[in-house]
Amino acid sequence: MNEFDQMYREVILDHYKNPRGHGTIDGADAEAEGQNPLCGDEVSIYVAFGDDGDTIDEVKFSGRGCAISQAATSMLTEMVQGRTATEVASLDKDELLAEIGIPLTPIRLKCAVLGLTTLKVALHKAKGTPLPDGLAGFDELELS
Amino acid sequence: MAVQASSAKLDARALRSDFPIFEQLIHGKPLAYLDSANSSQKPRQVLDAMTTYYETSYANVHRAVYVLGERATAGLEGAREKVRGFLNAPSADEVIFVRNATEGLNLVAYSWGGSNLGRGDAVVVTELDHHSNFVPWQYIARRRGAEFRVLPLDEDAEVDYSGLDEIARDCNVKVVAANLVSNSLGTIADLGPLVRWAHEQGAIFVCDAAQAAPHVQLDVQALGVDFLAISGHKMCGPSGIGALWGRGELLRSMEPFLLGGHMISSVSIEKTTWGEIPHKFEAGTSPIVEAVGLGAAVDYLQRVGLDAIEAHEHELAAYALGRLAEVPGITLYGPPAERRAGVVSFNLDGIHPHDVAQLLDGHGVAIRAGHHCCQPLMRRLGVTATNRASFYLYTVPEEIDQLVDGLHAVREVFA
Repeated sequence: MNEFDQMYREVILDHYKNPRGHGTIDGADAEAEGQNPLCGDEVSIYVAFGDDGDTIDEVKFSGRGCAISQAATSMLTEMVQGRTATEVASLDKDELLAEIGIPLTPIRLKCAVLGLTTLKVALHKAKGTPLPDGLAGFDELELS
Repeated sequence: MAVQASSAKLDARALRSDFPIFEQLIHGKPLAYLDSANSSQKPRQVLDAMTTYYETSYANVHRAVYVLGERATAGLEGAREKVRGFLNAPSADEVIFVRNATEGLNLVAYSWGGSNLGRGDAVVVTELDHHSNFVPWQYIARRRGAEFRVLPLDEDAEVDYSGLDEIARDCNVKVVAANLVSNSLGTIADLGPLVRWAHEQGAIFVCDAAQAAPHVQLDVQALGVDFLAISGHKMCGPSGIGALWGRGELLRSMEPFLLGGHMISSVSIEKTTWGEIPHKFEAGTSPIVEAVGLGAAVDYLQRVGLDAIEAHEHELAAYALGRLAEVPGITLYGPPAERRAGVVSFNLDGIHPHDVAQLLDGHGVAIRAGHHCCQPLMRRLGVTATNRASFYLYTVPEEIDQLVDGLHAVREVFA
């Protein structure tokens, strides 16, 4: 097993095999479904807000696909818990990538940010705010 | 030069020295390039032919009256003649240079389909077809109000022809389109019966030979098809060039596809008339040097010998199917080795192909992971993606060993 294999095993496989925040939320305040057409990754995200209508009280996801897409979404659910929707809707993807911590090629980057992109779409839809430039096409093409 | 007489069994190890790409290590390991069905590597002979042409003969073609223009034109038309020979086409003016097989198939769909399809007509394709011979027909049929019928695959992933009679009863079949070799499963089709059926219906037969051209001897007259498209990049040629062959009488009767310079006979404000074939279908400045590169690739393949290449690939496919079967939790897709080109699709239980391919890269092994532009096929197999290892004339068994070792390592990561 080479160094990269080791990192993959230690960082990604833990979240892939024991995903945090796996499940759905009935009557979620925000939800969206995202797909990566290149490899068929799918992620659905559900968010419940706190009483202030902005704090992320609970976030769950379901989906299937490669280990990177599923593990990154699992990490994301831990990362955004308790933060505000406003803040997360413009979260810098580098924060998530730092958490993933293994070098990713541009194609795998799409797998890694699928959950984050889907979450942002869910939050913008719930808030009625326009999707940022980079996400506009994503919503039209891939999301229900 | 390592190329050899065409009757000999090929020596992949010797041929490998023609390919500069192998003169490097990837992640400190020798490169096991098992993605030739995605795109093949290029021999020095092709690269040199293109460089020499740029350095000694380059000018625009068909219009410059000076000596370079003549040389340039001779280079392009020489390449056309080489492709004619490669396809055993009756005449070089039936060979149209296009960007790739996809553009060739779109040309037929738009130009022939756009004028000849209508309500009550049908286009028939198969579930094994690449999106390039599927999507253009689906689109043009819808635009023209024609039916789009897809021959399904059976449990063994073989095309099921049992629905043909029903299709013939229901509609007026105008186009049948199918590949000769599947890029996903490597299946070498016996197109004869389907071509005969198409012609009994009065339909044209459009053959996607992009994955066949690198591996099997093509002969458009023996195949009996009406159109056939190939891509240079899959057969040791450069990217950006392919060829469409069509029957002369069909090509002459068709409307042009792209319009502009070079494809005309005369232009006035009132009226434009089209040039002769192939020029009618080659608007604008051609990919001249790429065509020369394709001609050099044809020379290279013919010197190695297509029969020797096909035999080498059957051998590698058999070896790979045997070695891969040793890997626990593997599912192999597609036909037995004797009916497949050097393409093996597989999945590891519980491990997504993207993870497999990424981890294999760290072991110096390059394979494709994804849907291979065959989403209907993936759906039929019940998967979203597969891993695909594909071989070519420069592939040696050690690369397959490296793949198998890599797969054991991948399983360890996921254990």
